[in-house]
Amino acid sequence: MLELLDIHKHYGSLRANDGVTIAVERGSIHGILGENGAGKSTLMKVLAGFITADSGEIRLDGESLPTGSTKRSLESGVGLLHQDPLHCMPFSVLDNFMLGRPESFILDHSTAQAELNRLSDEFGFSLDPDVPVRTLTIGERQQLEIVRLLSLGIRVLILDEPTTAISAEQRTSLFATLRTLAGQGMIVLFVSHKLEEVDEICDRVSVLRLGRLVGEAELPVPTERLVEMMFGEMIVQSPRVTAEPGEPVIDLESISLHDRLVTLDDISVKVHTAEVVGLAGLEGSGQQTLLRVAAGLLSPARGSVRIGGETLTGRGYRRHLDAGVHYLPADRLGEGLVEGLTVKEHFALAGIEPQGFLLDWERASSEATARIEEFSVKGTVDSTPESLSGGNQQRLLLAMMPEKISLLVMEHPTRGLDIESAELVWTRLLARRSDRTAILFASADLDELLRYSDRIVVFFAGRILAVLDATETDSEAIGYLIGGKERV
Amino acid sequence: MNSDTIRTAALAIGGSLLLAGLLFAANGENPFEAFKLLFEGSVGSRAKLSNTLLVWVPLTLAAASLVVTFSAGLWNIGVEGQIIVGAIGATWAAREVGGPSFVVITAAIVVAIIAGSLWALLAGVLKVYGGVNEIFGGLGLDFVATGMATYLIIGPWQRAGVASTSGTDLLRDEAWLPKIGDENISWVSLALTVAAVIGVFLLMRGTSFGLKLKAVGSNVHSATRLGIPANRYMLIAFGLGGALAGLAGSAQVLGFHHKLVPASSGGFGFLGILVVLLAAYRASLIAPIAFFFAAITVGTTFLELRLGLDSAVGGVLQGLLVLFVLLAGGWQRKRRTEAASALAPTPSAVAGEG
Ligand SMILES: Nc1ncnc2c1ncn2[C@@H]1O[C@H](COP(=O)(O)OP(=O)(O)OP(=O)(O)O)[C@@H](O)[C@H]1O
Ligand SMILES: [Mg+2]
Repeated sequence: MLELLDIHKHYGSLRANDGVTIAVERGSIHGILGENGAGKSTLMKVLAGFITADSGEIRLDGESLPTGSTKRSLESGVGLLHQDPLHCMPFSVLDNFMLGRPESFILDHSTAQAELNRLSDEFGFSLDPDVPVRTLTIGERQQLEIVRLLSLGIRVLILDEPTTAISAEQRTSLFATLRTLAGQGMIVLFVSHKLEEVDEICDRVSVLRLGRLVGEAELPVPTERLVEMMFGEMIVQSPRVTAEPGEPVIDLESISLHDRLVTLDDISVKVHTAEVVGLAGLEGSGQQTLLRVAAGLLSPARGSVRIGGETLTGRGYRRHLDAGVHYLPADRLGEGLVEGLTVKEHFALAGIEPQGFLLDWERASSEATARIEEFSVKGTVDSTPESLSGGNQQRLLLAMMPEKISLLVMEHPTRGLDIESAELVWTRLLARRSDRTAILFASADLDELLRYSDRIVVFFAGRILAVLDATETDSEAIGYLIGGKERV
Repeated sequence: MNSDTIRTAALAIGGSLLLAGLLFAANGENPFEAFKLLFEGSVGSRAKLSNTLLVWVPLTLAAASLVVTFSAGLWNIGVEGQIIVGAIGATWAAREVGGPSFVVITAAIVVAIIAGSLWALLAGVLKVYGGVNEIFGGLGLDFVATGMATYLIIGPWQRAGVASTSGTDLLRDEAWLPKIGDENISWVSLALTVAAVIGVFLLMRGTSFGLKLKAVGSNVHSATRLGIPANRYMLIAFGLGGALAGLAGSAQVLGFHHKLVPASSGGFGFLGILVVLLAAYRASLIAPIAFFFAAITVGTTFLELRLGLDSAVGGVLQGLLVLFVLLAGGWQRKRRTEAASALAPTPSAVAGEG
């Protein structure tokens, strides 16, 4: 049994964890739910030794666990699966598998390979030991990380929002793996925002709010109850809004391009003013590549990009920026926010009104205050992005959007956001349609695509398989198409 | 400024003084006596203070130059070479430009700044367009600069009659910076240095340029997404850093050697790195820390005269100081990463004035 006893973790006056006590039985999958900034990641990091709690104790099968060292936590059998596992990208799968193993100085490749194969077979993964990790999808990297942690003999597996970046198929396989592991006596902690997932996979759930444990439940439980526990109130989903599309804002014509793992082949997509077009498809089917072409980050080998009637093919990101294209990347800390700079400094850099040579800190500060309030970013103008919770980083990125945009290009816009904030964000985004802003976005969440798009473009292996009217299709139909087949 | 920085510095200075004291004691000297001599030898009289300031000027300028490039995430190891090229430029102008002192000196300083800046831009172009890591580019250019100076000294600019590596002939009187009273230090170089430090401080703290530089230094990808032309900013950082190094070169030629010598940089480019590390990349701290380093450099030569201790002890002291800072900083960061995350600290993450 795993016991977290009265865990406290404060950052200044902020109580990220405020006396959390949770007990989890062996062989069970335990969900951790909570709105953005509730303290879920903090609690998991304490458990895995990434940070030290101010007070509290962790016990595994009655024995007190060491804190504040990932290495020692691992040795005691606690492993954390990162949302986007960090590997040594140029190294092979096998080399990464062997990292961190208590090994003699001379590496024993054959034993390691045998173990990798055994574990992969056991869970039905197909991991080629010799390919570089760079070529794996995020889902495959998670699989690699899972078998690596297993080979280190962990007894507790923590997953912090593991499904936000993987395809539905990979998710099914991940869930099957988790069930097998639980069957073998593993304790699995599963952090997620997606209530259906928690409902599907977990045996029990603990709900955090503002750093405190506010409820626990044996599953299944009605979704509304969970929502109420998470937010302290019911969330009403706003009705679908539509706007009349007008002129084409972006006209991507016969785009062909080879980009890392996918080859786009003769893709044409148009987005009109006030129109929302969603791109569906398995991770790496070409949607991301097309978004990057639309944002000017990639130039197509063939085909043309026209924005607002002007041909911008191959003119680059900054030219697109000038044309009113705004790009929201999936990798928030990698290519959106700047670590080490405060929220205020972010607004001084990319505020609504550009700053002159001499910075007006007061203006930056008041602008930052207003915007983080509007997007309810939990943090202050002096917070740095790395101190914000995952969902709050996303909100900050959205809050930094300029006022006048003709085309908004987004990868997973609500990734990691709880339902309340996702709803809030989309309300803000759709409000921009009254300014005739066009929206082109990709998402792995079929419900999001269906709820907010006017049209859905389904990608498969670099080609467009179908263009659907969002009001005349359903998630089942899209699910089939994403897998490359028509509904049978 | 943050209290962590001050605590780190205090810890480091205390620790290294303690170790140095032990070192003196091991050599049979009374450590207190030695420290007293060190103090007297560096700031004990007007003349000694003036000598310390002569070292302080180029060291502070080199450190200011490094603050700019570090902020942009660049390890500009080429400062040493940029100082030398600045010195060459100043010497050239002082030899070629005629007229009153004011004209000669202004011309020499301007030429030195341009020369240093262009030399740094070369490392920048190699990095930005050639993909050459700025550390290697800078080191290579350091060697080329030293070679050029030596060539000029024994070749085209050799002393009348004798070719000697000890330097060119002394410059004309018009090219000597005006002194303060009888002392060697000039108010011109002091004023320029103070102005440069204040300029860098304000640039990093109050301008969008400085903020963009910091953004580029912390995360090139994010900065680019925010619409900042990262390459251009890196080049400007190189140019600006080189200008400050070039200014240091002119101070060395016009205010100290009064001729071109092969090692006109005096190692200040490298010592400047230690100053900046100790200052935690903050412009506000480089002036006092550089002064402390200059005092140790000058004071230990006095120690050598009086106690027979080799002046290399100055280098030992400075090295200890930096090791202690890195230790203290690393220790504090280790405590702090627990609060932040497991991310590795980068110089640029703390660059500038925050
Ligand atoms: N290093 C830090 N410094 C200061 N505050 C922090 C730090 N890390 C986290 N916090 C704060 O602690 C609170 C809890 O953060 P945590 O990351 O645990 O939230 P979360 O429940 O995982 O949210 P999300 O669903 O958005 O990922 C947040 O308000 C966050 O801003
Ligand atoms: Mg989180």
